[in-house]
Amino acid sequence: MIEMSNVYKKYSNGITAINGLNIKIDQGEFVYVVGPSGAGKSTFVKMMYREEVPTQGKIQVGKFNLVNMKQKDIPYLRRYVGVVFQDFKLLPRLTIYENVAYAMEVVEKNPKVIQKRVLEVLELVGLKHKVRMFPNELSGGEQQRVAIARAIANMPSILIADEPTGNLDPETAWEIMEVLEEINNQGTTIIMATHNSTIVNRMKHRVLAVENGRIVRDQAEGEYGYES
Amino acid sequence: MRARTSGRHIREAFKSVKRNGWMSLAAVSAVAVTLLLVGSFIAILFNVNKLASDIENDVSVRVYVDLAADEEQRVALGENLEKIEQVESIEYSSKKNELDQVVGSYGDEFNLFEGDDNPLRDVYIINTLKPEDTAEVASEVAEMDNVAEVNYGGAEADRLFELMGTARNVGAIVVLALILTAVFLISNTIRITIFSRRTEIEIMKLVGATNWFIRWPFVIEGAIIGLIGALVPVSIITFVYINGFDTIMKYLAGTYFSLLNPAPFLIYLNALMLGIGILIGAIGSILSIRKFLKV
Repeated sequence: MIEMSNVYKKYSNGITAINGLNIKIDQGEFVYVVGPSGAGKSTFVKMMYREEVPTQGKIQVGKFNLVNMKQKDIPYLRRYVGVVFQDFKLLPRLTIYENVAYAMEVVEKNPKVIQKRVLEVLELVGLKHKVRMFPNELSGGEQQRVAIARAIANMPSILIADEPTGNLDPETAWEIMEVLEEINNQGTTIIMATHNSTIVNRMKHRVLAVENGRIVRDQAEGEYGYES
Repeated sequence: MRARTSGRHIREAFKSVKRNGWMSLAAVSAVAVTLLLVGSFIAILFNVNKLASDIENDVSVRVYVDLAADEEQRVALGENLEKIEQVESIEYSSKKNELDQVVGSYGDEFNLFEGDDNPLRDVYIINTLKPEDTAEVASEVAEMDNVAEVNYGGAEADRLFELMGTARNVGAIVVLALILTAVFLISNTIRITIFSRRTEIEIMKLVGATNWFIRWPFVIEGAIIGLIGALVPVSIITFVYINGFDTIMKYLAGTYFSLLNPAPFLIYLNALMLGIGILIGAIGSILSIRKFLKV
């Protein structure tokens, strides 16, 4: 499913973010990525949908070889991997409905299918009543849920979430986690970078701890393991 | 562009023009102002050029027949003139006719010279095929018998031709420079509108849109902005030109001079402005969006 071997990433400013990383994640897993700030968590997840390209090593995501893949194939990888960004990255000039629909129009789905699925995923995240609003009219938690709805609209095999609860109050954070859990139960692989120890310790899943650009701990049903 | 998605791209483009209201307005104004400049200048230049050609074509060689020549010699001279290669047409004007013209222009005092007192001479007026030929024809005619004097405006005509040649070249360069300025200004404005939306483009890439899927609505949007921007100068110039044409033509009535008829000229000019607007809008979009697509 996802396989990285001997991956290095050195930025042009000289910082080495990933330093010989090896990992294997299977279909249907729910994985937390934890670690101190600046440990390389973000770079690690960004390499899975090729926002970052490793300087060395091999990365395989599904049928895609991410190191020597052609520029024109990247859109297809990104349809296979849904991403929920920490800063939501919603299109400000599109309504909630259009934001989610956009991800499906890109795949050139039939308009009728789009309409049905958009309402379906917005219902799943509990925002069906706000479809005509624009992102800036929603709260942070609601925007995050729109971002999740958009990421799963195309039923990707993998869902990557970079700090999806980072900007949210605890209650909203739990709502988001329930949505992710539900999606995971439907068979989607979930990779979630997080700083939220309560969530990691209460909702038990595999934990990968990243430090200095390496996986220092890989634990099934793991603990957060850092002072919070 | 696939037929299935083309409708979507066009809808998106119109929606985007509307939702980016102020940015669209700024871009449309930039296009309108630059094209108004280009259009007005071209209209003026082409008409000045037309007037210059009219003046050139009006230059003719006047051959004054010697007073001593009798009717037969005068006709023979006319036949000789017709044999000259560069001659397009010959017009004969008797001395009586000449006097009538003088009286017409300067007044009845000249009626004193009625009849045999007429001091003027019979004249052949030659129009040459090319205005530059006048000097050559004049010197050739001067050699003929029964010719009293040949007049073609001489050195002044030569200087006029020279001046017009320069004016045409300078005009062409200015038009070219103006069009280049328009291209630069329009594509720059579009670059700014797209720059303000670079995060949007980045997001589109991150949710898996192909480059052309992102590009098409922007290209169509650029073309729409170019089209709307061009429609403003097209209507202004059409209105002003048609009205100005009627007014000025009244003054020019009865002369050899005329402005360019709106029927073909204005249509070409408008087509040019619309073409520049739409094309630059679309191409400007493609070029500006290029570097934001590398995500």
